[in-house]
Amino acid sequence: MVKSPEEEHPQKAFGWAARDPSGTLSPFHFSRRENGDEDVTVKILYCGVCHSDLHSVKNEWGITRYPIVPGHEIVGIVIQLGNNVKKFKRGDRVGVGVLVGSCKTCETCQQDLENYCPSMIFTYNSTSQDGTRTYGGYSDIVVVDQRYVLRIPDNMPLDAGAPLLCAGITVYSPMKYYGMTEPGKHLGVAGLGGLGHVAVKLGKAFGLKVTVISTSPNKEDEAINKLGADCFLLSTNPEKVQAALGTMDYIIDTVSAIHSLGPLLAMLKLNGKLITVGLPDKPLELPIFPLVMGRKLIGGSDIGGIKETQEMLDFCAKHNITADIELIQMDYINTAMKRLSKSDVKYRFVIDVANSLSQ
Amino acid sequence: MASTNASVVFSGSKAVTSHEEEHPVKAFGWAARDNSGHLSPFNFSRRSTGEEDVRLKVLYCGICHTDLHNSKNEWGSASYPLVPGHEVVGTVTEVGSKVKKFKVGDKVGVGCLVGACHSCDDCSHDLENYCPKLILTYGSLYHDGTMTYGGYSDTMVANERYVIRIPDNMPLDKGAPLLCAGITVYSPLKYYGLDEPGMHIGIVGLGGLGHIAVKFAKAFGCKVTVISTSPAKKKEAIEHLGADMFLVSRDEQQMQGAMGTMDGIIDTVSAIHPLLPLIGLLKSQGKLVMLGAPDRPLELPVFPLILGRKTVGGSLTGGLKETQEMIDFAAKHDIKSDIEVISMDYINTAMERLAKGDVRYRFVIDIGNTLAASNP
Repeated sequence: MVKSPEEEHPQKAFGWAARDPSGTLSPFHFSRRENGDEDVTVKILYCGVCHSDLHSVKNEWGITRYPIVPGHEIVGIVIQLGNNVKKFKRGDRVGVGVLVGSCKTCETCQQDLENYCPSMIFTYNSTSQDGTRTYGGYSDIVVVDQRYVLRIPDNMPLDAGAPLLCAGITVYSPMKYYGMTEPGKHLGVAGLGGLGHVAVKLGKAFGLKVTVISTSPNKEDEAINKLGADCFLLSTNPEKVQAALGTMDYIIDTVSAIHSLGPLLAMLKLNGKLITVGLPDKPLELPIFPLVMGRKLIGGSDIGGIKETQEMLDFCAKHNITADIELIQMDYINTAMKRLSKSDVKYRFVIDVANSLSQ
Repeated sequence: MASTNASVVFSGSKAVTSHEEEHPVKAFGWAARDNSGHLSPFNFSRRSTGEEDVRLKVLYCGICHTDLHNSKNEWGSASYPLVPGHEVVGTVTEVGSKVKKFKVGDKVGVGCLVGACHSCDDCSHDLENYCPKLILTYGSLYHDGTMTYGGYSDTMVANERYVIRIPDNMPLDKGAPLLCAGITVYSPLKYYGLDEPGMHIGIVGLGGLGHIAVKFAKAFGCKVTVISTSPAKKKEAIEHLGADMFLVSRDEQQMQGAMGTMDGIIDTVSAIHPLLPLIGLLKSQGKLVMLGAPDRPLELPVFPLILGRKTVGGSLTGGLKETQEMIDFAAKHDIKSDIEVISMDYINTAMERLAKGDVRYRFVIDIGNTLAASNP
């Protein structure tokens, strides 16, 4: 007989879950596995609200199994260690991102690319090796294999650091992989939300000229004056778009709404690279002519491996990069999700789990 | 200047210098005059040999699918009369005073370009093919404001920079298609890093471009799978061209079985076709390179691109330095095109057959032996 979420594991846990595609979250009692030899148990202090959480609770990608406890931008402190855990000690400030497991033996795992392992296990909405479902960080504790636990640098605030565990690595990894880090080159960032605003900060830290490409005129002031972008391009203004043609070495497209890739491709120089990290729920229109005529490419990227995620956190700490957040209480989550669906947040909600998750 | 010559050219209602009188050296070729694409004899002229120019007697010219597209004005940019041909080979008959690389009698070729600005970033990186001011071998305006005419003609004259030396051991007729088809597949295999021994490369489409891509990829030490809609091409692909495997793209089971197995795919098909199955064939980090440009946008499924960190890129011929490198590599590895040699007056039939893909795998016009006879 299948055990209930509350009974399936020995450690009691509490969080908020969505139970159906309305996506409405509410209190949820469940359980976590016993802390094994390789495991770390984390008392969760903060959890970022990623747009993927919204897509998932509403089953927009068609792969959600309910009940679902989202949250994969988790930070907290270590409260228990397995016998084989040497990297961490009790009280350490740690984070858990999008993955909590992989096969560890395939070629991609051995190259520290667990995020491309065919058997990877997501922090929520996945099936663990023991056959039970994974539940994410909108909860009080989480038990994770030490390989997938990140150290939060000492000088990094936990709340503003949490979103880096998904948003940060999602833009950092392709910027490195596709060679988008040459000082002096010109980076376009399409979409100024959770991903986009971190991409601007990273771009500036790499010494790039950064142009924000957005459909929202009211984001210009912040983009330039607060985030440090060099230019702001309102993509609904045909004159401005014309002037930007063939001027960018790279573009990171963080937009998950359906849009044609033609205008962005046109903004690239010869050999330019358009990297897409947004997850639209339908295919996008791709004109091939500009790819051929300008030897341009469009590439995808999916979060990053654990080693690279740690590297990204250390890089951000060194350059004082954190997310711009709005801290919320757990019971604000449904309102936050509604606001998120309208992009009404600058630029990531972070749940103050420890102080507001009460049973 | 008015003329009673039958080939007088009008610009609007004003008679201008005729094609025959435009330049000092008489030339003869075949041209399309309208978007029926029908070609017929055409008297015109070429500039005299400038200081940096190389003049050649044309012996062979390959028929590229682009010649067909342009003759019929399918891309809307044709200017009639149009003399196609950008896979041109022949022997040098005259060189300008500043020409260092060539002498009379040398076997040479001219490909898709005959000019560029020489001062932009692309030109200074030997990427003349991406120069915004590039001048195509035919259908473009040259520096002197006159139209360029291609290799379906008796002679050509080109700036030394755009002339390729044909290696001694390469037969001219089978080497001609390399000047466009060859560089068009060689350049992306190198640029996208799909040239390492042991890699698994897929080639979509087995025509002029595809068959040469198979040969280059094999020469790089790669495993090659041909992906085609025509099961009839399998035997040739494996036994004659040396491909390791053949997938019929409409056979879902075959395609499914090959998912996640390829490091790169070179897609030579310009007809509209779905990208999703091809992206699915790629391994993680795999690259799909488009060489054919369909006339409408395609659908790009973004999820598979993201989940596998895959890329879709394009490529367009290659610069002159790389074209020389390509042909030297081909000569060293005994790579030539598989051709059907035709006489000049067969050209219209050849174009009809080309439109149906009925050729293994490139027509090459025997200009040297058949053009003169076609002059009425």
